Amino acid sequence: MTSRTIHIESRTERLIAVRDFVSEAAREFGFADDDVNKIALAVDEACTNVIKHAYRFAPDRDIAVTVRPHNTAFEVAIRDTGVGFDPSDVHAPDMKDYFSHFRKGGLGVYLMKRLMDKVEYEIDPGKRNEVRLTKFLAR
Amino acid sequence: MSEFTIAQREREAVHVLELKGYLDAHTAPKLEEAFQGLLKDQRFNIIVNCKDLSYISSAGLGVFMAYIEDVRKNNGDIKLSNMSTKVYNVFDLLGFPLLYEITPDEQDAYNKFGNALTRK
Repeated sequence: MTSRTIHIESRTERLIAVRDFVSEAAREFGFADDDVNKIALAVDEACTNVIKHAYRFAPDRDIAVTVRPHNTAFEVAIRDTGVGFDPSDVHAPDMKDYFSHFRKGGLGVYLMKRLMDKVEYEIDPGKRNEVRLTKFLAR
Repeated sequence: MSEFTIAQREREAVHVLELKGYLDAHTAPKLEEAFQGLLKDQRFNIIVNCKDLSYISSAGLGVFMAYIEDVRKNNGDIKLSNMSTKVYNVFDLLGFPLLYEITPDEQDAYNKFGNALTRK
């Protein structure tokens, strides 16, 4: 497969199009259904975070999602030009504490890390923020 | 486009929500609305039947977290049933089975309300 990109407006109703786009590419790359589902969910979480936090629900900003094959690695890059953040401020929740205190929210980043093999950030607030999600295919 | 729908029905003192389709950040407010309505009507024994739920993201999981405390404070519960493996795997990955009763079948979930129902 070759690299390809989809651009969506920053609206939650467009999440389904991103999931379909990424699922098709992941399947073509060779992943079985279980991994395809994991990748689509991780990308959904990344885009949802962009809509909520980077663009604060402004509906007409651009989100670019690029899928790239590198040997056995399938990489998905999600780019926005919204408000950035310091990735070192994002901590995985302690789920026991989370449940015992009925906490809410904050699960997206944790899910991305559990679902993918690698999660990387390049943050340049207002200019270009990129999250790269990678999963390796056992060939 | 109806990518997510909720059907509601009563089973004696238990209220059943049947979810269908894709539960993500776009459709989660619909489920929130349904829970708000149930709490407003003082309906605290709730089964969420996920037989036709094809997809869930953390936005959907967040809705369950948002209401479980209030429901339990009122001696009720939110029990989940009939999940596909795909949907169950997402709940399981985050450890949700520690907090929620998830049964293979709606009848099992209903039976687990047994004691609560006879108290009424």
